[in-house]
Amino acid sequence: MSDRASDIRAPPAVGDDGGGEVRYLSQSDLEVPTHQIVSPDGSYDDEAIPDLDDEELLDLYRWMVTDRVFSRRMVNIQRRGELGTFGSTRGQEASIIGSAFTLSPDDWLYVGRAWTPMFMRGASMKDMILFWRGIEEGQEAFAKVNAQIAISIGSHLPLVSGIAWGMHLDDADAIATAYLGDGATSTGAAHEGINLASSVGLPALFYCQNNQYAISMPYEKQSGANTIAQKALAYGIDAIRVDGQDVLAVYDAVSSAREKVLEGEPVFVESVTYRLDAHTTSDDPTRYRTDEEVDHWEEHDPIERYREFLKSEGLWSEIDHDAIVEEIDAEFDEALAAANAMEERAVAEMFTHVYDELPPELARQLDEFEELLERRPEMYDFIEQRPKG
Amino acid sequence: MQATIVEAVNDALHEEMDRDDRVVVFGEDVAESGGVFRATDELLEEFGSERVVDTPLSEIAIVGGATGMAMYGYRPVAEIQFSGFLPPAFDQLVTNASRIRWRTRGELTAPMVVRMPYGAGVRALEHHSESLEGAYGHLPGLQVVVPSTPADTKGLLTAAIRDPDPVLFMEPKRIYRSIREEVPEGEYEVPIGEAAVRREGEDLTVVAWGAMMPPTLDAVDDGDVDAEVIDLRTISPLDTETVVESVKKTGRCVVVHEGPRTLGVGSEIVARINDEALMYLESPIERVTGFDTPVPLLSMEDFYFPHPPRILDGIEAALAD
Ligand SMILES: Cc1ncc(C[n+]2csc(CCOP(=O)(O)OP(=O)(O)O)c2C)c(N)n1
Ligand SMILES: [Mg+2]
Repeated sequence: MSDRASDIRAPPAVGDDGGGEVRYLSQSDLEVPTHQIVSPDGSYDDEAIPDLDDEELLDLYRWMVTDRVFSRRMVNIQRRGELGTFGSTRGQEASIIGSAFTLSPDDWLYVGRAWTPMFMRGASMKDMILFWRGIEEGQEAFAKVNAQIAISIGSHLPLVSGIAWGMHLDDADAIATAYLGDGATSTGAAHEGINLASSVGLPALFYCQNNQYAISMPYEKQSGANTIAQKALAYGIDAIRVDGQDVLAVYDAVSSAREKVLEGEPVFVESVTYRLDAHTTSDDPTRYRTDEEVDHWEEHDPIERYREFLKSEGLWSEIDHDAIVEEIDAEFDEALAAANAMEERAVAEMFTHVYDELPPELARQLDEFEELLERRPEMYDFIEQRPKG
Repeated sequence: MQATIVEAVNDALHEEMDRDDRVVVFGEDVAESGGVFRATDELLEEFGSERVVDTPLSEIAIVGGATGMAMYGYRPVAEIQFSGFLPPAFDQLVTNASRIRWRTRGELTAPMVVRMPYGAGVRALEHHSESLEGAYGHLPGLQVVVPSTPADTKGLLTAAIRDPDPVLFMEPKRIYRSIREEVPEGEYEVPIGEAAVRREGEDLTVVAWGAMMPPTLDAVDDGDVDAEVIDLRTISPLDTETVVESVKKTGRCVVVHEGPRTLGVGSEIVARINDEALMYLESPIERVTGFDTPVPLLSMEDFYFPHPPRILDGIEAALAD
């Protein structure tokens, strides 16, 4: 830190100015490589394969399929009117699983569009159904595994830096990770959060899934920066840009990043991927993108690519794909049944957890409301608890 | 023409963009997709990509950018996708938009509009349900407008765009499409700062606004009460006179709002009645409001909202003794 400061403060030496000519720092001079291990045609270099045993390689596949099945089922139950809304992750499975697979249970996690990492930490599909049904127990369950979902886009980056700050003070053997989208990189909170991590030197990992869109906004219009990864340089931290359709490359990049982060060097990873489904079930993507574009990315299906790899490795025979899907479907059925069995909650639920203890005015409001509900049961003509979202 | 509130927003934007080249519309997803509620539908097609712009996901830049553009001489109409995402940009309202005129002794002004859907009841995720007009109304220099009918929406938005000072225009999304009524063709203004008397009555005064108007009118009908119902329409500056004159006549009052009770707009209305009409009151003023809690997530959000029986309960309390 102090070395750097003295370098910066020293006056530039005569002759350092490139001979009197104005020279720009320009992104066009930057070379931003994209890390890839398995190419779209399925070929790869044996040497480049990360150090994972067969069981782990198969787990990666299983988790990716979990992610896909979960999205499919959630979209289906939303269409049946059993969820408020839902944001599918189809197309982003390698990006989501390859990264989350590197994290340890002691790490903290704040996600954007990435639901399966919660399951990988031990939260259940039921918890996620509750979350999307607007039942507070969902977030409560995620908190138990030191994970949260950020709804106000970008708002979580300063939090993640703050968590990492605590870890830094504790000398903890863990990191704090923020998943964010391409859109989130335009928020003020994201800039300040990343810069804080850089300034103090915090064990924070910023994992940006550039799925090309923020609702209708394509990345090219989100910013003039050619890549998101390059933005990290302005904060003075290192970045990796990785092919988000290549689960092994994502795993490789993020596990390398995690090592660095553990040393107190924050890292920013841009994972280049694509959201194949709508932003949420309330969105109509045909208003802003073409079928051709979507078809192009369908051909870059991350699960297909990994399947080619497993075949080349002779591991595909170990996998009974249909059985995996069946198992996950059964897990989802069970989760849905458990979520459907949620009891209606008492009205007091609304008032608890605002503070440690209910302040007198709030206690008064609760009493008055409970009394009103009893005295005027016609209130229930207007109130529907929506255990099904 | 017959229109809903969201269609009236769209109509006002079309009229004003057509009338004044300096009107520029921007925000997240407003251009290409016409807004997540379609409030800005077809503006891009009609007025082009210089004047209808999709911005980055940057609330601070949207509100701060609108302020600067307005200072320079344009008439920006910025959209915040949901009012729950205004807070990052609150700084720009507090620090700049609301005080540019004051800071420069009128040399520079910020004639801008920030539009945003607000309120509970659309089954969305966290941060999609709040009604914080009380917090925004607390800022000197910022006008806060909340329409409740399609015809008012068009006229008030038109007035807001033409106004020489900044306006926060809060659109009641719960009733975006539930009311359809005759909206005059062509341009017209409904003045900012003037409440509307929706029902004349003798026994008590009920004050509400925005998405609370339909349940308030229902409560009055259900209770068969001879109430004077005032639609405040503008939170700041508040139309004290209309409220006070009505209370002087009826001697009783209920204020209904969706936002939290503590330091809510209701508190200010009660204070003004106390200032100007205390001696006319025959009973304590009742407040029927949201609770001092975050709006519950969607499974329990119905509990939060003041429904007609709760409003009627407040009315009956004000009418007792
Ligand atoms: C601060 C804020 N502004 C606006 C929104 C509304 N919104 C929800 S998701 C979204 C786009 C997010 O895009 P990105 O960060 O790329 O994530 P993705 O959804 O693509 O995963 C927007 C504008 C929000 N949730 N938070
Ligand atoms: Mg995105």
